[in-house]
Amino acid sequence: MTIRHHIGDDLLISYAAGSLAEGWSLAVATHLALCPACRRRLTVAEGIGGDLLETMSDDVASDKSWFSLLGRLGDPTKSSAPAARSVASVDHVGGLPEPLRSYAGGDIDTLNWKSLGRGAYHIPIRTGDGETMVRLLRIPAGKPVPEHSHGGRELTLVLSGSFVDSQSTFARGDIEDADPSLTHQPVATPDADCICLAVTDAPLKFRSWIVRAIQPFLGI
Amino acid sequence: MRRQTQGDKGSDMARLLGAVAATQDIEAFEALFRHFAPRVKAYMARLAGDGQQAEELMQETMITVWNRAGTYDASRGAVSTWVFTIARNLRIDAFRRENRPAFDPNDPAFVPDDIAPADVEHDARQASEQLHRAIAALPEEQAALLRLSFFEDQSHSAIATRLNIPLGTVKSRMRLAFDKLRAAIGRSGDVS
Repeated sequence: MTIRHHIGDDLLISYAAGSLAEGWSLAVATHLALCPACRRRLTVAEGIGGDLLETMSDDVASDKSWFSLLGRLGDPTKSSAPAARSVASVDHVGGLPEPLRSYAGGDIDTLNWKSLGRGAYHIPIRTGDGETMVRLLRIPAGKPVPEHSHGGRELTLVLSGSFVDSQSTFARGDIEDADPSLTHQPVATPDADCICLAVTDAPLKFRSWIVRAIQPFLGI
Repeated sequence: MRRQTQGDKGSDMARLLGAVAATQDIEAFEALFRHFAPRVKAYMARLAGDGQQAEELMQETMITVWNRAGTYDASRGAVSTWVFTIARNLRIDAFRRENRPAFDPNDPAFVPDDIAPADVEHDARQASEQLHRAIAALPEEQAALLRLSFFEDQSHSAIATRLNIPLGTVKSRMRLAFDKLRAAIGRSGDVS
């Protein structure tokens, strides 16, 4: 698996800082589970946090503070770093990685898909952030997602199958980061249904007035 | 006597943490505590104010450091970075109604690292020294954005509103800063 489309620096830094909303973070964390290169970038971004932490104070903790902690120390749990896996777990290539699997409530085959019509399905995913809309989408092989522009940002992370958009192909692990200026037309490739995680910060604006007219009923 | 660099300090910290993990060395832990407690408390105080809650969150952070010393992995960065991630997660739990989803290296669908870290300790020590110098050399407008993002729990759009600059400018300054820092470390992970 070669990932070609990665998470942007601004998302990665916000995620490392802990200031990224839950919905976006779900797409970022799921991409990170599939992308060792972005995990190395995350190490750098978290290193910024570590370095800034060093500069926050020059004080040395007081005896009072130390002794009040000392009384609370128990036996450390005997845990050690998990052994690094050397071989990819081939059996599970194609499944939903964590943290997404828990959010979705199961793996691809066991999910309770809801029809959107025309062979497309979705599963809304709840988060606590109040600013994103998150769902899994299943687009039938060879079929387009209705053409749309955005009221805001949209992240689309491919989990199975692939789609083509603006002459780029997006396959498992690839993430498309679309801003409000982009009108795009993702089309699932003909070989298989495309399953992706879509995170938006505002309802999509479909260009076709027919789709726009029924949008409230589709809930998309 | 030669001035102690950030990298020297970092390897001292790694040695102390190793002693805590290996033998529950209380003196080593006290040294870690004396160093990190005021820093973690200051970090918590940015959201909690300078009172009991910041002290409590600092203590929770340091107890986690004690309990989980054995899970520190030098290939993921300096001890200060590890402490930061623990403090960050506790701060999110305390102040936000939402979760922070994270990947799970033990998940069967997790794609493992493709490059074995070579000389991990040497690399990590050098990287934190280089990162420290590169952050100190950033233009103030870029450094200020990083501080807002890391300390004040501000989203990029909140930062844009607060500084009265366009969101695109916030993002491009972040990108510029991050490019410089990664170039300074000379680490791979270049993806575009």
